[in-house]
Amino acid sequence: MNTELEPKRDVDWLARKATEMRISILTMVCRAGGGHIGGAFSIIDVMTALYFRVLTHDPKDPLWPERDRLLFSKGHGCLALYTVLAETNYFTKDKLKGFCVDGGTLAGHPERHFIPGVEVTAGSLGHGLSLGVGMALAHKIDSRSSRHVFAVLSDGECNEGSVWEAVMSASQFKLDGLTAIIDSNKYESLGRVSEIMNIEPLAEKLRSFGWAVCEIDGHDMSQIVDALERVPVESGKPTAIVAHTVKGKGVSFMENVPMWHYRAPNEQEADTAFSELEAALDQ
Amino acid sequence: MRNAFNNELYDIAASNPDVLLLTSDIGFQVFDRFRDDFYGRFINMGVAESNMIGVAAGLALSGKLPVVYTIIPFLTMRAYEQIRVDVCIQNLPVKIVGVGGGLAYGTLGPTHHSIEDVAILRALPNMTVVVPCDPLESRKATRAAFEHHGPIYVRLGKNGEPPLYENDYEFQIGRAVTLRYGTDATIIVAGPVTKLALEASVRLDQVGISVRVLNMHTIKPIDQDAIRQAARDTGAIVTVEEHSVIGGLGSAVAEVLAEVPAGVPFRRLGINDSFCYGVGSQDYHFQQQGITVEAINSTLLHLLDD
Repeated sequence: MNTELEPKRDVDWLARKATEMRISILTMVCRAGGGHIGGAFSIIDVMTALYFRVLTHDPKDPLWPERDRLLFSKGHGCLALYTVLAETNYFTKDKLKGFCVDGGTLAGHPERHFIPGVEVTAGSLGHGLSLGVGMALAHKIDSRSSRHVFAVLSDGECNEGSVWEAVMSASQFKLDGLTAIIDSNKYESLGRVSEIMNIEPLAEKLRSFGWAVCEIDGHDMSQIVDALERVPVESGKPTAIVAHTVKGKGVSFMENVPMWHYRAPNEQEADTAFSELEAALDQ
Repeated sequence: MRNAFNNELYDIAASNPDVLLLTSDIGFQVFDRFRDDFYGRFINMGVAESNMIGVAAGLALSGKLPVVYTIIPFLTMRAYEQIRVDVCIQNLPVKIVGVGGGLAYGTLGPTHHSIEDVAILRALPNMTVVVPCDPLESRKATRAAFEHHGPIYVRLGKNGEPPLYENDYEFQIGRAVTLRYGTDATIIVAGPVTKLALEASVRLDQVGISVRVLNMHTIKPIDQDAIRQAARDTGAIVTVEEHSVIGGLGSAVAEVLAEVPAGVPFRRLGINDSFCYGVGSQDYHFQQQGITVEAINSTLLHLLDD
């Protein structure tokens, strides 16, 4: 067992840290002149809880065999992944400056060969859960029940048929070492999921596919931590955590506005956004 | 070829517990011995090929050596993007073994024919493409796939193909095998249709034409030296493949020949950019498509006359 793992942080510390992460994400988007900011803001609270409290991992040894795996299937939201990886010292924060710039270090979708801590290459939706099934299956074959696999999906991603193939197989193989976290921010690229390709009732669907399901407010740090620390919810079943979130959460004019799926703020918008986030830090 | 693969895989799995076999619900009774002797290592993924490839990639990322096996169009085309992203971009040791190469599933119709698989798979960076011609070569290709570190596709026929190799030989990925030596022309061939090329070369020999037969069992990386050597030594070249003439062996050879300083007379024999709609066996479709000993002979003779 590694002895120098990150200390487990409390809920208030995590909530404040998530706001700092939002500032870091906004900084990257402003510098790069673009980025999937809305979906990064919706999942950053969950990501902060995972990396600073829930996951057993060792940033100094990203391929430590005993680690939990975090598969970031909604690859476009990778700003959230990059910031927590930098903040937990998988790489230096300086590397964040290389997001989406020529000859940079961090692409617009995460690539495992080039970024320490990135478990799988993502960007094409509907892949991560299958990879997670494979990993959880390997753990099961090897009887290594201590290791858990988390896959983070977007709600729009659940339009992909391959997600449901993976969902079926996870319950078939009774993979209680697998948890899917669905960032249910209710929006996909062009508008509301319910109006484009409805996936509701999502929790009910997942239950009927043989998963244990819990629904949480994905911005309430207590609920996030409680849910993540409770997995597997039911022995012999994979767990789904449907995190109800707000796309663009944290900056008033970005919340629930499809334009902020992918966009960089102009100077005035950036000033407002930074002020709102800094004010949240001071609370 | 299927049984040869199965037997070799069994032997490999017996000495390496990380070897797993995934199928999408095909192969009735074929893998019973594997399933019974290697508990938990035969995994039926159901009729869901896309997920099967992703799961195999996840297993490979966890130190396993997965083989994914099913009928070629479903394996390689339904799940193509999973092969591209999960296996090739991540450069993982997933062994993709397809059954029913070309027209092997003749009577089952065009949904089950595989005539574009080599074209699409060889276009993928990091992918190796191997097309064995007989049971012995299938065993050797299976063994080689496990000694290979990146993604690999092995295209099998079905079952009951005759042995074409009389003796043991050294199989090396990317190194063509000269099955017959000749000086007047070369047939470059891969897969079970190698039998037709050998028969053609024997008949041509009888009329005084000495034909080299190159078994190009690896389509990617292709043995450029052997192709250039054939061009230098024999001039005329004909390719024969159980695949569309677009993108397969013929195209791969053409790509090499196009960059040879002096052009050589060259023809591709294969499926001429059409689906094989009619009802019939593999041999029936060969006749329909002009993939026959006679067609090889006449093509070569025309080429030498020009």
